[in-house]
Amino acid sequence: MTGRILITDGLVIDPARKVEAVRDVLIVGGKIKEVAAGLSKKKAVLGTTTIDAKGLWVVPGLVDMHVHLREPGREGDETIATGTMAAARGGVTAVLAMANTEPVTDNPSQLAFLRAKAETDALVTVLFAGAVSVGQKGERLTEFAQLRAAGASALSDDGRPVMNAGLLRRALEYAKDLGLLVIDHCEDLTLSAGGCMNEGAESLRKGVQGAPWAAETVQVVRDIALSELTGARVHLAHLSAAASVEAVRAAKKRGVPVTAEACPHHFALTDAMLPGYDGNWKMNPPLRLEADRQALLEGLTDGTLDVIATDHAPHGCGAKASGLDRAPSGVIGLETSLAVVLTELFHKKILTRRQVVERMSAAPAALLGLQDRGTLAPGARADLALVDPDAVWTPQAPYLSLSRNTPFSSRRLKGRVVKTLSAGRVVHAL
Amino acid sequence: MTKELGLKDMLGLERLSPAQIEAILDKAASFKESPPSDLLAGRTVAFLFSEPSTRTRSSFEMAAKRLGAEVLSFSAAGSSLAKGETILDTMRNLQAVGVTHFVVRHERSGVLEDLAPAVKACVVNAGDGWHEHPTQALLDVMTLRERWGGFKGRRVVVLGDIRHSRVARSNLFALKKLGAKVVFCGPTALVPDAFRDLGATVEHDLEKALKGADAVNVLRLQLERMEQGFVSSLSDYALAYQLTTERADLMKPDALVLHPGPMNRGVEISSEAADGPRSVILEQVANGVFVRMAVLALCEEARA
Repeated sequence: MTGRILITDGLVIDPARKVEAVRDVLIVGGKIKEVAAGLSKKKAVLGTTTIDAKGLWVVPGLVDMHVHLREPGREGDETIATGTMAAARGGVTAVLAMANTEPVTDNPSQLAFLRAKAETDALVTVLFAGAVSVGQKGERLTEFAQLRAAGASALSDDGRPVMNAGLLRRALEYAKDLGLLVIDHCEDLTLSAGGCMNEGAESLRKGVQGAPWAAETVQVVRDIALSELTGARVHLAHLSAAASVEAVRAAKKRGVPVTAEACPHHFALTDAMLPGYDGNWKMNPPLRLEADRQALLEGLTDGTLDVIATDHAPHGCGAKASGLDRAPSGVIGLETSLAVVLTELFHKKILTRRQVVERMSAAPAALLGLQDRGTLAPGARADLALVDPDAVWTPQAPYLSLSRNTPFSSRRLKGRVVKTLSAGRVVHAL
Repeated sequence: MTKELGLKDMLGLERLSPAQIEAILDKAASFKESPPSDLLAGRTVAFLFSEPSTRTRSSFEMAAKRLGAEVLSFSAAGSSLAKGETILDTMRNLQAVGVTHFVVRHERSGVLEDLAPAVKACVVNAGDGWHEHPTQALLDVMTLRERWGGFKGRRVVVLGDIRHSRVARSNLFALKKLGAKVVFCGPTALVPDAFRDLGATVEHDLEKALKGADAVNVLRLQLERMEQGFVSSLSDYALAYQLTTERADLMKPDALVLHPGPMNRGVEISSEAADGPRSVILEQVANGVFVRMAVLALCEEARA
């Protein structure tokens, strides 16, 4: 299975090496051996498994740096096993699991336990973020050096903001010293105030508490200032508001080491599309206005937004059926992210196919310091996805994820992952 | 008229057409003129109220009884009504017992949207969260229509805590559909400018809002808005936004004062304004019974 695999005649898209041409890809021992034209004649020796990729894209496996796997604590909603099955189906070969588990992944022993669990359960690579603050309470920093030693790939209190600016400043400084990336969920809780959708005409119409865009932007601007102050990198998760994009754009121009991500739901949907009081359309930050959506598209085009990540957040049907105000925030996205991106960005000519791969694979791999991922360079891990960019399909529950909370159910999408390989092993095939 | 309404449930006014609203008002007017026969004889109306209510509930009970229906009171205090999913179970059980109409009040917006299609009985919204209170708005517009005949060229100010008011939203939807202009007035914290996108005129200066208006509908200011920081104190609110007789006189000479109750005299409205010659507050209450009879009867026609 992980022996010798030859993928023939696919359109290889590898932004890291500026390759975008029909090539054969030879995989040996779970690593990329060679990418060239005409390999099939020379290299298809006895024992080689050949995969015909004619008409398909062959891209480095996607790296989703924002997922929630719910293990430990909420294994009824998702597990490492099911979450990585969902990832494989979406062409995602590495995920960064956030630390807002129950209990919070804020100590080296839990992190070591989870890594061992992933070793046996995971279908694709799982990287783990450690919490920034103990219990994600925003009061006291976790032990960054020990978390790093236990294998933390990043630090984040995601699910919650770090409300205390002084604490975040120290976090950025320590993380910088240790070479770790801090990922911040930007939300001023005094402004969002429990809002369950964007604050505006639509929340007024429905008569529910809204969260204003400024709840996000206030902290985006704060984080940029702290990054500038400390010289430390900061990565801003799931940006949703036009003003946030603009703030990041201006900061990057000044040379502030800030990076940012966008989620498919935020750039594909708006609050006006939210049907009734359907909890499956609730996430944090919420869907915003068309003008915000357009700003996200511009940010993706000009590179202000470096990364596309899902914020895959599984929740059970019961919880999600409890109404817009009470349902927990979050939507699943691993199985549909590339399809939504192709539908909304590639086919609508917002991003080129090379940019799609850049934002979903090369850039997040680089941010997380994964040198043998996000590219099909010889020697890289043979993580790749075969994609039919024109296949039309309609996502429907049940999913491979244990949960089904997604607004993309029943939406017609164009573009589908046909096959996924993780270290040369086929982990998904249509 | 059945075909015009054709609604098993009365969940809100946003989804109704002007003709449907007129049909309800016409029916209510005809009931007021000549009491109907026992249109709901053999039917049972159950009340599911998760919030306290005196006037809405007694008004609905009176309406049901005048139509000859049985009334089943259901105590919500400490019951399973606290959770959205169990309301449906409660309703299905009561339906099995023989309930044909549910009159529901709930503190959460939109809670009826999924419940109504899931039961055969009629579901009438008696107020859901901040969302809609259709029969209250219907009795408001019925009261105005009796005085005015129609709504063309009329300007109605809704004054107070619009953000948290289901009465304000239902009034906006009904009055706009009937052709009136609606002005929402109050401090920005309670009257966000984004209400303009729903078709209201938003004015934060009470004197400006009232000048030349045909009516003002004054909303109750909940005391908890102070703790939540929406207003700094009741007296500060009253200074800027209380409807006094002097302010009421900025309206047209024959302009009307409405209040859905219960009133905080001396907070959102002065006693003089509440009891003065412009006040139609008790007419509103009286019309409430006829509007609710009309709604129950029309829903029954669609259900049957």
